[in-house]
Amino acid sequence: MTAAPAPLLSVRDLKVSFPMPRGMFRGVDHLRAVDGVSFDLFPGETLGIVGESGCGKSTLGRAVLKLIEPTGGTVAWLGQDISDLPESRMRPHRQDMQVIFQDPLASLDPRMTVGDIIGEPLDTFHPKLKRVERRARIEEMMAKVGLLPEMINRYPHEFSGGQAQRIGIARAMILNPKLIVCDEPVSALDVSIQAQIVNLLMRLQREFHLSLIFISHDLSVVRHISHRIMVLYLGKQAELADRDSLYRDPRHPYTKALISAVPIPDPDRERNKPRIVLTGDLPSPLNPPSGCYFRTRCPRAEAICAETAPGFDPVAPGHFAACHFRDG
Amino acid sequence: MLSYAVRRLFGAIPTLLVILTITFFLVRLAPGGPFDGERTLPAEIERNLAAVYHLNEPLPMQYLRYLGQVVQGDFGPSFKYKDFSVTQLIWSGFPVSLQLGGTAMLLAVVIGTALGAFSALRQNSGLDHAVMGTAMVGIAVPNFVVAPLLTLVLGVHLGWLPTGGWGTWSQMLLPVVALALPQIAYIARMTRASMIETLRSNFIRTARAKGLPERVTILRHALKGALLPVVSYLGPATAAVITGSVVIEQIFGIPGIGRYFVQGALNRDYTLVMGVVIFYGVLIILFNLIVDLAYGLLDPRVRYD
Repeated sequence: MTAAPAPLLSVRDLKVSFPMPRGMFRGVDHLRAVDGVSFDLFPGETLGIVGESGCGKSTLGRAVLKLIEPTGGTVAWLGQDISDLPESRMRPHRQDMQVIFQDPLASLDPRMTVGDIIGEPLDTFHPKLKRVERRARIEEMMAKVGLLPEMINRYPHEFSGGQAQRIGIARAMILNPKLIVCDEPVSALDVSIQAQIVNLLMRLQREFHLSLIFISHDLSVVRHISHRIMVLYLGKQAELADRDSLYRDPRHPYTKALISAVPIPDPDRERNKPRIVLTGDLPSPLNPPSGCYFRTRCPRAEAICAETAPGFDPVAPGHFAACHFRDG
Repeated sequence: MLSYAVRRLFGAIPTLLVILTITFFLVRLAPGGPFDGERTLPAEIERNLAAVYHLNEPLPMQYLRYLGQVVQGDFGPSFKYKDFSVTQLIWSGFPVSLQLGGTAMLLAVVIGTALGAFSALRQNSGLDHAVMGTAMVGIAVPNFVVAPLLTLVLGVHLGWLPTGGWGTWSQMLLPVVALALPQIAYIARMTRASMIETLRSNFIRTARAKGLPERVTILRHALKGALLPVVSYLGPATAAVITGSVVIEQIFGIPGIGRYFVQGALNRDYTLVMGVVIFYGVLIILFNLIVDLAYGLLDPRVRYD
């Protein structure tokens, strides 16, 4: 990876917690959805974020964009701390940082035409654009994401899931952003469409030198698109490494288990591959285990794991893992 | 859309026929007749009256005769207001009722949606609870309580507004407000519920992510979506307010159509009651149709075929 010296996005010790009322007059618990996450994102790079349901992937993605207000830590965009900006001063940055959502159809206003959905950011940020130019830019973007420009006056419900996601991508791309957070963009689509959308994102990334944060629970998809991958468990980082190191040499037992669960498209090898099966359920984030969060399901857990939480420390240049036994 | 409207209008004919038939036999089932007064009329005169108004014929015969007239647009003469036809009476009262009901409804929509949206944006705040609590009272207290109270306080004790009559702005104020209050309350509650739901939907999140100003997000995306259920309520509600201002018209002495309805029913003025009922029926069907058509304009997913 050709890491440019200045990161586009610097996230430090980001925390998001949600108040959970215990019941009337019985106080409030705090659900820590994201608990001290730090990473940098460089221009033109794709960072994959994986983890099981409820581990805080989506919350992290939205907190980075301040669609959810972080409760702690900082987010720096091009060196400027944006974590305390009020929404009014955040708005100019929104044209540079966009997002694609999981449910493509529900994310589109059902009462607007495709042209208006894609063009609305233009109306906000370039209100002086002439009608003809506006239309031309919308049609150009539609063509770029593989939609027929003739469909400009159709409504969202007339499209399939894959097409709706293309509309979502066109809408996110119309202002030439520097970053797109893809929040499970293909989980709602069937496999052949998934491949089309992922390849479209990769093509757009090359063409516009985009940075992507790609959130998914599907390790094969993440492996295909990411340069670096971050594994989340209960709102904490378990492991962060470039793609090849992570798959070749996973250091966190959770990462190992996840990778061993990826199906291999060859029945014989699939049948004989070693599989680490995790027992038990994800602990409640309202009441996480002491020490290492993962110890209740970890095949390697020892006494120390219940006592101290492991640091998120390097095992190799650019490769971090949060495990007492990260070195073997 | 046009063919849909035409089909709907034709579809209304059986509905109206049912309304007409039921009312026809119901008013005649009620004890007494149009010419029963405190003084008993000589039998000869009664026979003459009955003959003039065809009341001496067997009921099915009267029914068919009436049906034949209505089809030709003739609702017959009023039995009590002898110099007027039912059509004349309706057309003299309707503009007043329309003005009263229409103004009340306009007021209700403007204030109700504003209050509802406002509450939804500040959900569970003190203001929200205050507005919704007041709205609950507004729905619960019937207008035959509200109207005399308003008259007593503002009209009699303070003397700010006239207590009855129709024609000037100050005379309109009390009845319009009394009629609008429960509607304001109802619309506010509906708007709030629907708005809260819309504000949580994914496309609102998208609008925020686009970086739209909050005002645009709320007006263009949230409120427009949230108003759909309110629109579907407006049709029947408008019809109900225009036709259902009977009580208010009585209390404030307003010369609307509601007065004829009440008087007609009390006097067994068969033709007048029939005429007003059919007119109300047409009105309700019409407003429902308008709402269904408006729905198509507001929500592109609605198809007419």
